[in-house]
Amino acid sequence: MLKLRVIPCLDVRDGRVVKGVNFVSLRDAGDPVEQAKLYDKAGADELTFLDITASSENRDTILDVVQRTAAEVYLPLTVGGGIRRCDDMRRLLLSGADKCAINSAAIRTPELINEAAERFGSQCVVVAIDARSNGKGGWEIYAKGGREPTGIDAVAWAEQMAERGAGEILLTSMDRDGTRSGFDLDLLKTVCDRVSVPIVASGGVGELSHFVDGAKVGASGLLAASVFHFGQFHVSDVKAALHNAGLPVRLNR
Amino acid sequence: MRVVVIDYNGGNLASAAQATRRAAQRRGIDADVIISRHEADIQNADRLILPGQGAFADCAKGLKEDGVQHILENATQKGTPFLGICVGMQLMAEYGLEHGRTEGLGWITGHVSRMVEPEQAGLRIPHMGWNNLDFTPGAHPLTEGLTPGDHGYFVHSYALHNGNPTESIATTQYGATVPAIVARGSRCGTQFHVEKSQDVGLTLLGNFLQWQPQP
Repeated sequence: MLKLRVIPCLDVRDGRVVKGVNFVSLRDAGDPVEQAKLYDKAGADELTFLDITASSENRDTILDVVQRTAAEVYLPLTVGGGIRRCDDMRRLLLSGADKCAINSAAIRTPELINEAAERFGSQCVVVAIDARSNGKGGWEIYAKGGREPTGIDAVAWAEQMAERGAGEILLTSMDRDGTRSGFDLDLLKTVCDRVSVPIVASGGVGELSHFVDGAKVGASGLLAASVFHFGQFHVSDVKAALHNAGLPVRLNR
Repeated sequence: MRVVVIDYNGGNLASAAQATRRAAQRRGIDADVIISRHEADIQNADRLILPGQGAFADCAKGLKEDGVQHILENATQKGTPFLGICVGMQLMAEYGLEHGRTEGLGWITGHVSRMVEPEQAGLRIPHMGWNNLDFTPGAHPLTEGLTPGDHGYFVHSYALHNGNPTESIATTQYGATVPAIVARGSRCGTQFHVEKSQDVGLTLLGNFLQWQPQP
């Protein structure tokens, strides 16, 4: 049986791991390669690197981080941040990334997703969506790391991205990110119900029960950063909680 | 031991090479793992690995460039053990139906087409993540040291269909029985990514390096 994926996320800036709380006030949590090795041993199912300043400075540092990680860790690796064109993806894939998460560039040029899926296959094209409640029962997507409103409906966007060839949606609730109050389950369930590719839930976990809640509304992957980095939970705690709730997880090899 | 990871238009070559080096190191095998598409390297290799990422048609086209397919056919005909990974395994089939019909290598029975049953069962496509390997222990040297139920990391929307059960070494369940490891003669393939399957993947890669298929 296919298992739920527990995915630690490393926000990387200038080759160092940081985690933004509501996308500001960054705290340093160490070397990405060392962190990746720890998560590999801890039983993580995948790892995600988000290069949070890639679009403005030091963009190539992530290639080195990916290369060094792929040499040490035999786990699927998703990398996002600052990907503008297919050639950026190619460089990441050649460095050892398995999937690339595209956000702002897809908003600017939706056809990029068709092109990337055709060239590399849907399996390595992840569309990252930063969504915020519009106060009217819907959600709007934001570009540029959550700084730029777009007026685009998040659910329709997720559907369009899957149609264009995205193999996975990484769905972050901006309202919940960093709050530790749980995933935005309305948003998550709505997108899971409307889109048939796997959905990775992100933004807001603070309790073990939050992972269970996300899985129950249909997420295939559960992504978190701070709760892992600062030692609040071990990956095995999360898996035990999911397992105890009757959900399928990979407990051993 | 000389191991060549075939360089063609597709595939996460670096990861496959790194994982192979680590697998060799774990078994105490002195392996020289290189990424190449040159005829001399392929002809002189002791093991050949064809990783795969992307669409069947594009990868098949990449194999034809510079005659890589022909060189591979020659090398494996004389018995050099071959491992195809993911689309690399799919390319071993008779033909593929991703982006139109494309001829495969014809090294295993069956064709590659979209996974329809999982979709009908309400499962998500791609089949992405860790899934169990089902096999009979002791039935094939490639699964030595593995236990039925061990997990491999799968990422695919297309799968081998109408295969020959005698060529099926391991399967997984995803709305249907899905081929996970196949082999005929000295050629084998895995639908899951051995290079991304932690200890399970490294164990299988080690088995491949030590595999002495009967001609």
